Amino acid sequence: MHRVAIVGIAQTKFEAQKIDQNYAELAYEVTQSLFNQLGIGYEAVENVVTASSDFWDGRTISSMAVQDAVGVWLKSETKVSSDGSLAVLYGMMRILSGSFGTTLVLAHCKSSEGQPTMLGNAVFDPIYQRQLGFDLVAAGALQARAYLEKYNLTELDLAEVIVKNLGNATLNPNAQRSMSITIEDALKANLVADPLREFDIAPNSDGACAILLAREDLVSKFTDKPVWLSGVGHYQDNYYLGDRDLTTSRSLEKAAAKAYSMAGISNPRKELNVVELYDTFSYQELIWTELLGLAERGKGVDLIRNGVTKLGGELPVNPSGGVLGAHAMFVAGLVRVAEAAKQLRGEAGAYQVDGARKALAHGTVGPCGQTHCVWILSNNK
Amino acid sequence: MSTPKEKPLYISIKTDLPYAYSAGRPLSKFLVALRDEAKILASRCNNCSYVLVPPRTFCNQCHKPTPDVIEVGPGGTLETFSVINFPFIDPFTGLERPVPYGYGIVKLDGCSNFLPHFLDINDHRKLEIGQRVEATFEPTEKRTAAMTDIKYFRVLI
Repeated sequence: MHRVAIVGIAQTKFEAQKIDQNYAELAYEVTQSLFNQLGIGYEAVENVVTASSDFWDGRTISSMAVQDAVGVWLKSETKVSSDGSLAVLYGMMRILSGSFGTTLVLAHCKSSEGQPTMLGNAVFDPIYQRQLGFDLVAAGALQARAYLEKYNLTELDLAEVIVKNLGNATLNPNAQRSMSITIEDALKANLVADPLREFDIAPNSDGACAILLAREDLVSKFTDKPVWLSGVGHYQDNYYLGDRDLTTSRSLEKAAAKAYSMAGISNPRKELNVVELYDTFSYQELIWTELLGLAERGKGVDLIRNGVTKLGGELPVNPSGGVLGAHAMFVAGLVRVAEAAKQLRGEAGAYQVDGARKALAHGTVGPCGQTHCVWILSNNK
Repeated sequence: MSTPKEKPLYISIKTDLPYAYSAGRPLSKFLVALRDEAKILASRCNNCSYVLVPPRTFCNQCHKPTPDVIEVGPGGTLETFSVINFPFIDPFTGLERPVPYGYGIVKLDGCSNFLPHFLDINDHRKLEIGQRVEATFEPTEKRTAAMTDIKYFRVLI
């Protein structure tokens, strides 16, 4: 089977409100940025996979409006109405099918144009759960409480995640929430949904991200620093909140096992050099790192306390600041892939992890992590 | 047959899900020109000369940025038309639009593409493909920086 590599990466700055651009113009900005870096025109792209949501874009089959922007008229564009990490999987499969040599993968979101709470509510079953007022934050609060209680953790443990990640975000020029805060600041912040406070919850962002994938024989036309897609796992769990044990995630465990096995990783803690996680909430970094096999259950916070996952530590987690730094829905998982790839290319600037050779990027979608996609990226084929 | 107690239920939901769409810079310029000057703007590509209404950030023929706008119309040629007889709820006002109304696609003078809009159907026997038409604007005080600042296109005799 052919190998596929990431040969170009671009993203916009993430902001609370990009009033001067509609979502197609955001897509054009990030596409132009990618093409200019690579010195190519739209002709070099054979097909496009986008990620976005009709509900969030406020338009039926909303990707139709970005097709011109990404230069795919008279070619094929298809959309993943889910997280961008899954668009990478779809884009890779389109190359492996033999039909295409290159795939542009692009995700966009303008959180500022709709009502995030109502759009989050619309994720739920309209009859059984929507009327009860559930949204993604309320669901997150329930998961946070269940996890904290099970492992005897407190809000102080969550604050450790916030201080690390928002500190990292100050080094990332694309982050929206960029602030040096202390444990005390985090614990004093406005209580939104007990036990979650303001900084435990990712902000709502506007922004876009794009990467170019290429089949191995075409890679050298684009870059001398390819990042290889070495392993991937994608699983989902039951839909209804109430049908899953929220203190864990079977789908993440399976996705990790699949990705590790495909990439030949037996000891992720030792073999990985950098990790980018989709942590919509502070507590999720702890659960996700545990289920990825990087710490024992309930001990994720020790990775932070012992300095393992800080920038400069043995295995930095979210050196970009992660999703607490910027959260454009459906884009954030693609940004994790892009950030991990930047690390392997040595292009992460102030938050570069020295000598990174193998990275994990994670995407999730659905309340409390229903669906997970785990990528292993490598700068060696 | 189901007994009344076993009959499956329909659950109705009335959701007001509001959006505030950014018009973006070129389309904002276009809407403001409609409102303040009763002028129709289009973008002209410096690379391939293609002219697009409403104006865009980039050319949909060669993918280059299109920073320049020019004035087009108000005259044009009717490319196709219809008279609509079913009621339509205007999403901006929530009000039903009176029927029938004319709908057409116009190639504005100076444009490479076409503009879909209302047609004056006072004398619908004059509607035919290839007919010359011209934009009629709402009076100054009724213009709100919206597509409906053009009231309709009327047939030029």
